[in-house]
Amino acid sequence: MATYAPIDAIREGQTGRGGSPSTPKPPGGGDDGRGGDGGPNYGARLRRARLGLVCGVATVTMVFVSLTSAYIVRQGLPTYDEASKAYVHDWGGTDLPWRLLGLNTLLLLASSVTIEFARRALTRQVALAPVKSIPGVSLGAENKFPWLGVTAILGLGFLIGQGMAWRELHLRGFFVNTNPSSSFVFLLTATHAVHLAGGIVALLWAATTAWLHKPVESRRIVVDITAWYWHFMAVLWIYVFALLGFAR
Amino acid sequence: MVAMENPHAHAPQGFIRKYIFSVDHKVIGIQYFFLALTAVFVGMFLSLLMRIHLLWPSVNLPIFGVIQPETYLTLLTMHGTIMVFFVLTTAPQGGFGNYFLPIQIGAPDMAFPVLNMLSFWTTFVAFVVIIAAFFVQGGAPLHGWTGYPPLSAVQSAGPGEGLGADLWITSIAIFCVASLMGALNFITTTLDLRAKGMTMMRMPLTVWSWFITAILGLLAFGVLLSAGILLLMDRNLGTSFYVPLVVVSGQVMGHKGGSPLLWQHLFWFFGHPEVYIAILPGMGVASQVLSTFSRKPIFGYRAMVYAMLSIGFFGFMVWGHHMFMSGMSPYSAFAFSLLTMCIGVPSAIKTFNWLGTMWKGRIRFQTPMLYAIGFVSLFVSGGLSGPFLAQPVLDIQLHDTYFVVGHFHLIMGVAAIFGMFAATYYWFPKMFGRMMNETWGRVHFFLTLAGTYAIFMPMHYLGMAGGTRRYSDYREVKYLATLIPLHQFMTYAAIITIAAQFIFVINLFWSMFKGPKASDNPWEATTLEWTTTTPPPHDNFGGVTPVVHNGPYEYGVPGAAKDYVMQTDPATVSTH
Amino acid sequence: MGLALMVVIWLITLVSTYFFVAKTWWLPVGAAEAAGFIDGQFALTFVLMGIVFLAAQLGLGYIVWKYRERASAPPADYSHGNTTLELVWTALTAILFIGLNLMGSSVWASQRFDPPAADSVKVEVTGMQFAWYFRYPGPDGKYGATSVKLMDPSAGGEAAVGLNTSDPAAKDDVVTGTMYLPVNREVDLSLRAVDVIHSFFVPSLRFKQDAVPGLNIHMHLKPTVIGEYEIACAELCGLGHYKMHGVVHVVSQEDFDKWLAAREAEKQ
Repeated sequence: MATYAPIDAIREGQTGRGGSPSTPKPPGGGDDGRGGDGGPNYGARLRRARLGLVCGVATVTMVFVSLTSAYIVRQGLPTYDEASKAYVHDWGGTDLPWRLLGLNTLLLLASSVTIEFARRALTRQVALAPVKSIPGVSLGAENKFPWLGVTAILGLGFLIGQGMAWRELHLRGFFVNTNPSSSFVFLLTATHAVHLAGGIVALLWAATTAWLHKPVESRRIVVDITAWYWHFMAVLWIYVFALLGFAR
Repeated sequence: MVAMENPHAHAPQGFIRKYIFSVDHKVIGIQYFFLALTAVFVGMFLSLLMRIHLLWPSVNLPIFGVIQPETYLTLLTMHGTIMVFFVLTTAPQGGFGNYFLPIQIGAPDMAFPVLNMLSFWTTFVAFVVIIAAFFVQGGAPLHGWTGYPPLSAVQSAGPGEGLGADLWITSIAIFCVASLMGALNFITTTLDLRAKGMTMMRMPLTVWSWFITAILGLLAFGVLLSAGILLLMDRNLGTSFYVPLVVVSGQVMGHKGGSPLLWQHLFWFFGHPEVYIAILPGMGVASQVLSTFSRKPIFGYRAMVYAMLSIGFFGFMVWGHHMFMSGMSPYSAFAFSLLTMCIGVPSAIKTFNWLGTMWKGRIRFQTPMLYAIGFVSLFVSGGLSGPFLAQPVLDIQLHDTYFVVGHFHLIMGVAAIFGMFAATYYWFPKMFGRMMNETWGRVHFFLTLAGTYAIFMPMHYLGMAGGTRRYSDYREVKYLATLIPLHQFMTYAAIITIAAQFIFVINLFWSMFKGPKASDNPWEATTLEWTTTTPPPHDNFGGVTPVVHNGPYEYGVPGAAKDYVMQTDPATVSTH
Repeated sequence: MGLALMVVIWLITLVSTYFFVAKTWWLPVGAAEAAGFIDGQFALTFVLMGIVFLAAQLGLGYIVWKYRERASAPPADYSHGNTTLELVWTALTAILFIGLNLMGSSVWASQRFDPPAADSVKVEVTGMQFAWYFRYPGPDGKYGATSVKLMDPSAGGEAAVGLNTSDPAAKDDVVTGTMYLPVNREVDLSLRAVDVIHSFFVPSLRFKQDAVPGLNIHMHLKPTVIGEYEIACAELCGLGHYKMHGVVHVVSQEDFDKWLAAREAEKQ
């Protein structure tokens, strides 16, 4: 019943310690992220992180799909009105502050641009890292523009703008329980805002990795994932905006 | 969260990092297992109180006093919720899946170990919140695990529908988030961390089941979360998603125009995939164990994979079969009914294949195998009441009767549990390094098999005779009173069967400390967990990355030295 | 052990089957027009599933005994499956399940898609925590207006359903706590609920329909046997769910007319 013996004879790859000679990248099956050079395989790590993000995006999408479905159903539901003895639609409608929302949209789109710059800058840094490690080589003054910080500020600006929009709605007499339309306006925008706030937390974390002197490849993964998530937040907002706009 | 560097460079030191906030999937798997074990005893206790109340409604119990009708409904609600979420969605996937998915694919851990730890502790918090519902003013809710509004949406509609109901919804929402984190981890791990040679079609069926279950969870739990948020809003913010104009106890409520059916659609869109989440891992374990102990490859591996994929896929299209009587459009009912009959087909294929696996095998009857065989029997019994319920004309008679209760208990409440028993007895040696006691395992098996049939088979008779469900007392309606003898029988069976479960628990804990030491591969099985030490080292394979050459169920290979060929054995058996 | 397993599985199977076949507990005798087809469809499903149940369980027991490991047993058959067999039993299962479903769909269609007969008796059924009320529209054939503001469940009768007595159409409405129906005539039911979801279930009449707040659901049925049939609420509606029952009296047309006239007279 010897079961342990067979794999003694097979020693492929190495652990994350020691400088063993590298083995060629294994084809087929998967890759546990441990490269032949004894260090973590960041290419695999990035792929893994992106896969995880795809799963996360799928799930948030399902939340908004179900909210949309509820929106459409609720909008179309007739209800019996005793006074007129007939079935009426009580959707109501909401007087949205379009200019303010439009401005917020621009802020968010701008933040998508800035985070994309951050993402590409870090990708470049990773590509150039081996070159930079050669003593004596300089790539000149590098542009260390704080794209991440700007994105965070723009994101916060969006959230503040959303808060202002909610206040404006209150001033116009629309509260969460005024009518089904206003309920959904607050629900959809708040759900999006909560997820965006999570994105800002991720941004702040990404920023701290630079200060904590994490390896540039690790930083790249964090920023890459945060950036894609952030773009998703922008797309989601466009969707919510369009839904509230066209499916009134 | 992506680990910044290899988390297995050093095994953690210190009690807290090793056992409390561990990121090791094996520790987390055991944590989930014990959470589910706690939950199942809470859930069983609740059902014991329920059955005692049905038989002796006026008896004055110690501590609880006389169980009131509303208390009965609370017990019923919490029994269902705790069992479905904290047992059936926790142990098979979070428990065994967490422990063995990475090992069975040759990985050192899950893709995101820190996220894994977070998903366990979030589940734990959800459990604390739902238990808290018992202790707040008004107590736990009485609206059933299905929580249909307006009963669940109007705070004055019943006792427990105040803070208790809010806690119930909150607990479920937290649970959703925990499950989503887990699902993300499982999917990424399966797709990205397989060892060299471990192609998708060489993965054990257990891995397939955990993978497909995770996909179902990923897509379904988000919908439940939305549904719950809308319910919380209706309850507390005065919105009217689900509640039309209603008068409760003479008071006109402030809602207008909402639709109770909206909740049902959203809930069951989640709820139906949920029941497949509950059973798929059990099916995977059954396949694994049946093959191992028949010393024969699984019959039709590919068909098994396609069947599980179809079950997962169709599982999203049949939710309306819970709503035939709800006032939903009869056209929709017809469509859902047809799709539901379709989903019976892959389930039948799996059953044929399990039988085909044992056919012309050389069956060994250690306890895991007993449970796997029991699983097949119970799955057949529970599954065959499905085609009755799937036909709307028959559902007219059977909806909301004990026929439905019998159907889902046989599948979820027994077959899925037998899957967990099989998994426990099968993997216990690998997890704890000792063997569980065979004799007591057999005693537990026979008592539980006979006992659960005795409890749940009569429910079909009850249902056919019009025996409605969720009644706290059957003496009021004359024709229901004539069915009380059946209830008596079921209660006695339940008392005996619940008592028998202590045999399992004692066996489990005793064996953990005093059981005979286990070898690395006591069952002579082929999958990767059996190639490593018992228990596995911190990084699962002791610094070696396995290389896979064979399929997962190469038993009885003609011409091989032994009657099993491990997946890592380079003497290749090329069939995949 | 193989023998023990076979015996236990066979015993459980045969005992369960006995009670099914003996109809020790069975569907109540049908008293409505739909019962004929519904019971027939039930019986067909029952026989077919019963055959599968017996075959699968008895087969499982047999296989487990026959292929137990013992010294004299042949080596296990090294087979990964049989594609032809898979295709055959997949096709047969699909035909069985889908065929059953299609057969049952015509009765479903007649119950739900066809409108009620022109001369059907109209009754409105209202469910509330925890009682059923029945309203007959009277000679004018129209239901009077109701209003939530007028609802007072504790007062029972007209007040419970919130009848607006100043509406002319409401003058001849009869509200009772018991349901009377004439035999062999179609009934056009309107189902309503006042507070939470209830379900109007009369097993003998093979009738069940959820009563949903916010909806007025129309269903029809035709009782065919004179008698008294109990109503059991079939959707969890709160702590009194178990005692929310009533009785349907199916009587001759004559008796029905007499009863209704007496109720109208009481209103004066």
